[in-house]
Amino acid sequence: MSTTPPVWASESFWKKVAIWVTAGSFVILIILTFDTLSKTAVGGSRVQAYSVINKVIDYRFDYSQNRYRPVFGGDEPLFGRPLSEEEAAALVTQGKKTVQAKNCMNCHTLLGNGAYYAPDLTKAWLDPNWGSVEEREARMLAFLLDPEKNAVTFSSGRKMPKLGITDAEAHAIVAFLKWMSAIDTNGFPTNFKTIGRQED
Amino acid sequence: MRTGIIDSANLNGGQQLAVKYFSVAVVLFLAQMLFGLAAAIQFVRPDFLYNVLDFSVNRMVHINAMVVWMLYGFVGAVYWLLEEESGTRIVGLGLGNLAFWVLTAAVAVVVVVYLLVQTGPGNDLTRWFVNEGREYLEAPRWADLGIVAVLGVFFYNVAATFSKGRWSGIAGVLTLDLVALAGLYCAGMFYLTNITADQYWWWWVIHLWVEATWEVLVGCIMAWGLMHMLGVRRRIVETWLYIEVALMFGSGILGLGHHYFWIGTPDYWFSIGGFFSALEPIPLVAMVVHSVYDAGVHKFKNGNHPALAWIIAHTFGNFLGAGVWGFMHTLPQINLYTHGTQWTASHGHLAFFGAYATINIAFFYIAMQTWRGNIWLGGGLAGGGWKWKWALALLNLGVIGMTVALLIAGYEQSFIERAVEGSTWGGYFAAQQHPWFQQAMAWRLVFGVVTLAGVLLLVWDLLTIGVGEMRRAPQLAAEAG
Repeated sequence: MSTTPPVWASESFWKKVAIWVTAGSFVILIILTFDTLSKTAVGGSRVQAYSVINKVIDYRFDYSQNRYRPVFGGDEPLFGRPLSEEEAAALVTQGKKTVQAKNCMNCHTLLGNGAYYAPDLTKAWLDPNWGSVEEREARMLAFLLDPEKNAVTFSSGRKMPKLGITDAEAHAIVAFLKWMSAIDTNGFPTNFKTIGRQED
Repeated sequence: MRTGIIDSANLNGGQQLAVKYFSVAVVLFLAQMLFGLAAAIQFVRPDFLYNVLDFSVNRMVHINAMVVWMLYGFVGAVYWLLEEESGTRIVGLGLGNLAFWVLTAAVAVVVVVYLLVQTGPGNDLTRWFVNEGREYLEAPRWADLGIVAVLGVFFYNVAATFSKGRWSGIAGVLTLDLVALAGLYCAGMFYLTNITADQYWWWWVIHLWVEATWEVLVGCIMAWGLMHMLGVRRRIVETWLYIEVALMFGSGILGLGHHYFWIGTPDYWFSIGGFFSALEPIPLVAMVVHSVYDAGVHKFKNGNHPALAWIIAHTFGNFLGAGVWGFMHTLPQINLYTHGTQWTASHGHLAFFGAYATINIAFFYIAMQTWRGNIWLGGGLAGGGWKWKWALALLNLGVIGMTVALLIAGYEQSFIERAVEGSTWGGYFAAQQHPWFQQAMAWRLVFGVVTLAGVLLLVWDLLTIGVGEMRRAPQLAAEAG
């Protein structure tokens, strides 16, 4: 019996396979990364320009795609004042930085990532729990500024602590949440009943 | 060589550095348990420590302590085997020691800031000096830079020592893997307002670390462990290692796509992520076959029963936790409902424990054995070895119990919040308030306590195993070939 193993069981064969498979997978990943980043740039069809916060945003079932999609309507400036692209970008940026600074992701999820102690914020802007479209902005601000007093815990006893969010930061968080609700998340979450749909 | 008492003269330079890393790892392991327990209590009693240590803080310390203690364990394990594997003395031992103290001081400062400062205003200073607010990557930017610098020193020590001594298959895979480990961490070190692109890069660190580079790293450590403990033939171990690298990177790199279903990325990731992540359990099956076969062929003959038991626990835990539990919710058809639910927490608990905690614990026992003068840790230990056996049993029972409890909670949440209620906040709380969910979270807490008991017993055992033991472990030379 020969002592040399067959090619398929030899160390050198698997070494080459390991190198080629790793390199090949990585090259494909890099190509897909370029493609994905170009398709998800701000201002494209998947991730809207920051000025989308001047518009009505809703989330509806698209029968041709067989999944839920963000839909955009007429003007609905945030806090009653239309913002230029630059102003909107600055406001959303401050909102995202505040969301990070207040460590929101260690209770909430954003785009489904984060912790599960508090609700998902992906489409928070569209949640029917804000009561009505007319009350929404005021209630979001009030909640962020004093979450303990304005908590709606559905008798779960879970309360968001007061995180020292300033008035400017609260406005910015609302802008960030509105902008995030416009991202095309490939139908996630499915079957979501938006505040807009309730008022149809 | 003195036996029966802890004596650093029994260790080579790399091993002396390794036991420092292992010691901090054990302390952080305990911290992970305590903060995890506090977070688990808050799910059952939300008023617990409210406004003092809120859930967000406990959970952040819980997951960060876990990541860091695992890295300490890995770095320690590599330093442990470095001189033996390379056949030469470690090159930059002084630098390695300096890096250890810098890293440990930085970790201590970060934890103190997490606990006392907690959050800051929504500006760049907070991200640089308090916390970055991105799950798992909360470390402030200054600490990120420090981590990369320390990993650079570690990489230098590994590469330079192997270059001076001899290169083996394990050495080659390990060195290349460390390049990827340090390089990928940089993908998480910049700010983007575009949350889709932000999470795209965030997953490069989280997934490509945990499901690719970490898996390959433990593959290398395990390969060395099998040769060291069982005397398995090097050629067989290294051939297996290459097969595992091919399967691990072949499935894991593009398996990254299963995190790109719902964050705004193009929908071709459905097919790519689904296909490759469905392949991800395969290398983990290979590991089980590998370890059980090797242990069986050598009739389980070895002088360190606790370490071998934990290595076997590692292969099963890796396969079940990372492989099976991951696969259960990895396809987009299911993930649409399970994404962002306790289902993920269930997978996370079993996977991190099964794949990484276990192999680090195995190395703690290997280290204690040599530290006490290469003593016998096989059959016939004092008290029948009840401490390590009960620690193994309690830890595995505790983690599996938490995993099953969280899986039940995850099923319930997916069903009620997602499928029935359509993911509104009302639906979220309907699921959280349901008795099935609440009972599951109570069970998770009970099993969390069991796990903590296991860790305490483990620490006690590590500190006392082999005290006064005079019998020496047999020297197992790896079989020729």
